[in-house]
Amino acid sequence: MKIKFELNGNPAEWEIKPGEVLLDTLRRLGLKGAKEGCRQGECGCCTVLLDGKPINSCLLVTALVAGRKLLTIEGVTPPKKKDLSHKKELHPIQQAYLESGAVQCGYCTPGMVLSTKALLDKNPSPTEEEIKKALEGVLCRCTGYSKIIDAVKLSAEKLSDGK
Amino acid sequence: MENNFKQVNHNVIKVDGVSLVTGGHVYADDIDIRGMLYAAILWSPHAHARIKKIDVSKAKALPGVETVLTHKDVPRIPFTTAGQGYPEPSPYDTFILDDKVRFVGDRVAAVAAVTPEIAAKAVSLIEVEYEVLPAVLDARKAMDKGAPVIHDEKEAVIPIPVHYEPEKNLAAHVDMEVGSVKKGIEEADVVLDYEYETHYATHVPMEPHVVITWLDENARLVIRTSTQVPFHVRRMVSRALDIPVKNIRVIKPRIGGGFGGKQEILIEDLCSALTLKTGKPVRIFYTRKEEFMSSRTRHPQVIRLKTGIKKDGTLTAVDLKILMNTGAYGSHALTVLSNSGSKLLPLWRCQNVKFWGDTVYTNLPVGGAYRGYGATQSYFAMGIQIDEMAERIKMDVVEFCKKNHIRTGEGSPVFQALGEGKAGVEQKIGSCGLAECIELGAKEIGWKEKREKYADLRKSPGRYKKGVGMVALMQGSSIPEIDMGAASLKMNEDGSFNMLLGATDLGTGSDTIFAQMVAEVLGLDAHKVIVYSSDTDMTPFDVGAYASSTTYLSGYAVIKAAEKVKEQILKVAAEMLDEEWENLTIGDGKVTGRNGSKTLSEIAIYSLYEKNQFQIASHASHITHKSPPPFSAHYAEVEVDTWTGKVKVVKYVAAVDCGTPINPKLAEGQTEGAVVNALSYALTERYIFDDKGKMLNPSLNYFKIFSTADMPELKTILVPTYEETGPFGAKSVSEIGINGPLPAISNAIYNAVGGARMRKAPFTPEAVLAVIEAKK
Repeated sequence: MKIKFELNGNPAEWEIKPGEVLLDTLRRLGLKGAKEGCRQGECGCCTVLLDGKPINSCLLVTALVAGRKLLTIEGVTPPKKKDLSHKKELHPIQQAYLESGAVQCGYCTPGMVLSTKALLDKNPSPTEEEIKKALEGVLCRCTGYSKIIDAVKLSAEKLSDGK
Repeated sequence: MENNFKQVNHNVIKVDGVSLVTGGHVYADDIDIRGMLYAAILWSPHAHARIKKIDVSKAKALPGVETVLTHKDVPRIPFTTAGQGYPEPSPYDTFILDDKVRFVGDRVAAVAAVTPEIAAKAVSLIEVEYEVLPAVLDARKAMDKGAPVIHDEKEAVIPIPVHYEPEKNLAAHVDMEVGSVKKGIEEADVVLDYEYETHYATHVPMEPHVVITWLDENARLVIRTSTQVPFHVRRMVSRALDIPVKNIRVIKPRIGGGFGGKQEILIEDLCSALTLKTGKPVRIFYTRKEEFMSSRTRHPQVIRLKTGIKKDGTLTAVDLKILMNTGAYGSHALTVLSNSGSKLLPLWRCQNVKFWGDTVYTNLPVGGAYRGYGATQSYFAMGIQIDEMAERIKMDVVEFCKKNHIRTGEGSPVFQALGEGKAGVEQKIGSCGLAECIELGAKEIGWKEKREKYADLRKSPGRYKKGVGMVALMQGSSIPEIDMGAASLKMNEDGSFNMLLGATDLGTGSDTIFAQMVAEVLGLDAHKVIVYSSDTDMTPFDVGAYASSTTYLSGYAVIKAAEKVKEQILKVAAEMLDEEWENLTIGDGKVTGRNGSKTLSEIAIYSLYEKNQFQIASHASHITHKSPPPFSAHYAEVEVDTWTGKVKVVKYVAAVDCGTPINPKLAEGQTEGAVVNALSYALTERYIFDDKGKMLNPSLNYFKIFSTADMPELKTILVPTYEETGPFGAKSVSEIGINGPLPAISNAIYNAVGGARMRKAPFTPEAVLAVIEAKK
C-alpha cells in the first residue's frame, strides 16, 4: 500500500508493508538515524517528530503517518550546500550538543536532538524542570544527562541569538 | 597546574561528533547487505536441564528458514566468552551450543531465516524435551555437599594455573594476607564485623548487542560487531569454530555504549556459525529482553568485612571475605573477584590485610565485566564501614579518610599480592589528588554544616529527613605488564594524518583524545587527524577498551607513534631547509628553522613526490609497568520519606583526580555517566527472580534506569594532577565514578534516619522502610 505525507519538509510517497512500524519503514528506506533500542517504546532512541511532537517510531504503524508531517534527524540538518564538499551544516541544536560534550556513544542523540527541537519550538526558553520533563522519554546510559541538559540550554541561547 | 598544552587539556569537539549528531550510518546495524538472513535464538526456560531430545524438523520445513543449529551441528570446543588477554584468566566452560542448559536464558538452538518474523516463528516450532535438573539458585548454597554440579562436563578447564574446582561449583578462588590480621584485631580498640550484599544489574547500553557476519570474496569470515574487544573476538571465534585467525576479520564500527557488556564474545560465535553453515550474511540483534536475560551482569557479592581501629583512627586490620556469584558461566570469575581486593585495599594504610574470596557457579544469569569490575561491590562494604568506624571513635569521616588514605610516594603490598590471575606488579603512587578531592567535595556539598544539622534534624518529628554521606575511592589505569596497545600513523600530502588504532572507542571519545595527543606532538589541529578504530585486518593490535586502560595505555602508544613521525618530518624539513634537524621546531602546522619554514603540506608533498621519496609513517606499541590509580571523593545528599521509605538524591558531588584531563568535558562526561548509572543501581535497578530462577522484569519499564526526570543536582569537579608515566600526565577516568553512589547514598541515608544501616543494596522504598521500622 501507498501513503502520502510530508517528510522532512518535502512531499513524500512511500510504498509500505501492512502492519509495518515506522521505525522499520524508516530504516528499510535508508533513514537510519532512528535507532532501535527496545522496540517497546521505553528507550526513545527511535524518536521522530510527528506533527511536531516526539513519538516512538517503534510503536507507530507506518500507515498512520499518512497525511501528516514527519521530521526525522535527517531533516534537522539543513540541506547540503550545492558544492561538492558534502559538509553538513549543523542545526544550532546539533552544534550545541557537540559544544556541550553531550554526545558520547551517540545512539540516543537523534532522539535527544529531536526532543529538544520539539521542546524549543514550543517553549524557546524552558526552565531546567521543563527540560528534564521534555527529555525524560529518551534514555541515555553514557552521559548522566548533565551535559545534555547543558546542551538544551545552549541550544535555546543559540536559537534566540539567531533570531 | 600550569601547562602550555595547545590541544590536550582542551575541550576539542569529538572527531566523530558530526556523524553521530546527524544520525549517520555508523553503527553495526546501519549497513545494508544484500541477501542478509536474520537469526533468532531459542532460549532455555529452565535454570538447569539436560536436552534429551530436540526436533527441528518443523522449524526447518518452514518456508524462508535457511538453517537451524543445535548442539549437534557445531564443534564441541570449550571456550570463554570473557574478552581478556591470552591465556584468559576465565574458565573455558562454554560451548557454542550444548546439550545442557544452565540458566533461564541459556542458548538452546538458533535459526537463520529470510525475515526476522520467519526466524521467530521457526524458533517457536522447535520441539525440545528437557530433563529438568535440580538447580542452584542461592550462591551461599552453591558449595554445599550434594549441591547440583553445574559444570559436570569433562571439558571445563581453566587455561592458567589457578584454583578451579567445577565439581564443587567453585569457579575461582583468591586469598592473600599481608602482616597478621589476627594481631591487628588484637591491637584494635574497636572491632567491626558486618555482612554486606550487592545485587544483580546489567549494563543497558542503548545499542543492544548486534553482529552481522558474512563471507568476503575470498571466503574469509567477516564479523562486524558491537564489541569492545575486536582482537579477542577474532581469537575466540577462531577457537570456538576451529578456523584459523587468518581467515577472520573483525570490524568494530561506532558502538552504542558498552560499559563492559561488550567485552564479551556473546553472539559473534553463533552468528559466525550460522554464516559458515549457510554461506550467507547473517545478523543477530539482541532484543531488550535478551539484553536482560541472556547477556551479562554485575556479579552479585556477599561481603564479610571485619576491621579494627585504634581510638586515634589508625586502621589496624582489614579482613575482607567475599562470596561472588558468577551465575552459570565463569566469565571474569577470577579477575572481578581479585579486583574487589586490589582496587580497594591499597587505598587504606594498614599493616594487616587479609583477603579471601570464592566465586561460585549458580543457575542464574551470568556475571561479566561491568564498569567498576568488582570494586563497585567492595567499596560498598568498606565505604559504609569506614563511616561507621569514624562514628564509633567520634571522628569526622572526612578526617578519617584524610588520615588513612595512601599518599604520593607510598606503595602497598597488596599491589604485588593481587594481580590478574597471576602476581601483581609492585608500584608506588606517583600522583594523588585525593586530599584535594575530599576537601573540594566537602566544600561543594556543605559537609560540616549539613552533617551536623541533619543528624540533629533526625531527632525531631517530621516525615522527610535529610542526610549527607561520603566515600573516598581509587581505581587503576590498565593492567600492568599484561595489556598492550598499538597505533599507526601516516602523513598525507595536505598535512593531514591517518591514525589507525586497535583501541576501541565505544562512545567514550577515545578517538578524539588520541587525535588531540597526536595534534599536541605534531603542533596541528586535532581535526587534521583522521582516526580509524578498529578493524583487525587494518589496525594494529590492542587488547581493547577495558580495565580503564585506553587513555593511559593506548594513549602512550599514540604519543610514541607521533614522536617517530615528528622526527621523520623534521628530517625531511631539514633536507628542504638545508639545516640540522635537531635545530628545527614544529608547531602551528609548519616546521621552522633559521633558514625559514615549511608547511606540513609542503613537507609531505616533498616526501611523497619530489626527492628521496618515502611514506612518512610509523607505528608504536606500549605496555605499562604501573597501573596508577585515579582517585575520587563522592558526596551524596538525600531526602528520605520516612513514611514510604523512598529515597531521593537531592545533590551529588564527584571530585576526581584523573591526572591531566585530556579533554575536560569528556572526562566530566565519563564521571557523570558512571555516577548516574550507579545512582539507579543503588535505588531502582534490580533483577527480580521467581523461585525457579527466571528473571521477571526484563524490560526498561520494570528495570528502572534513571532518565532526565530523575536527575539530582550533579556537580563534577576535576582535580588535575600530573602522572609522570601517563600520556601528558593522564590517568584513567571511566570506571572510578561508578563505585561511589552505593556507599555514599547508604551513608547519607544513615545520616538522615540513623538506626540500622543499609548494608544490602538496592535501597528500594520497602528495604529502607524496613530499616526505619526496625529502628523503632
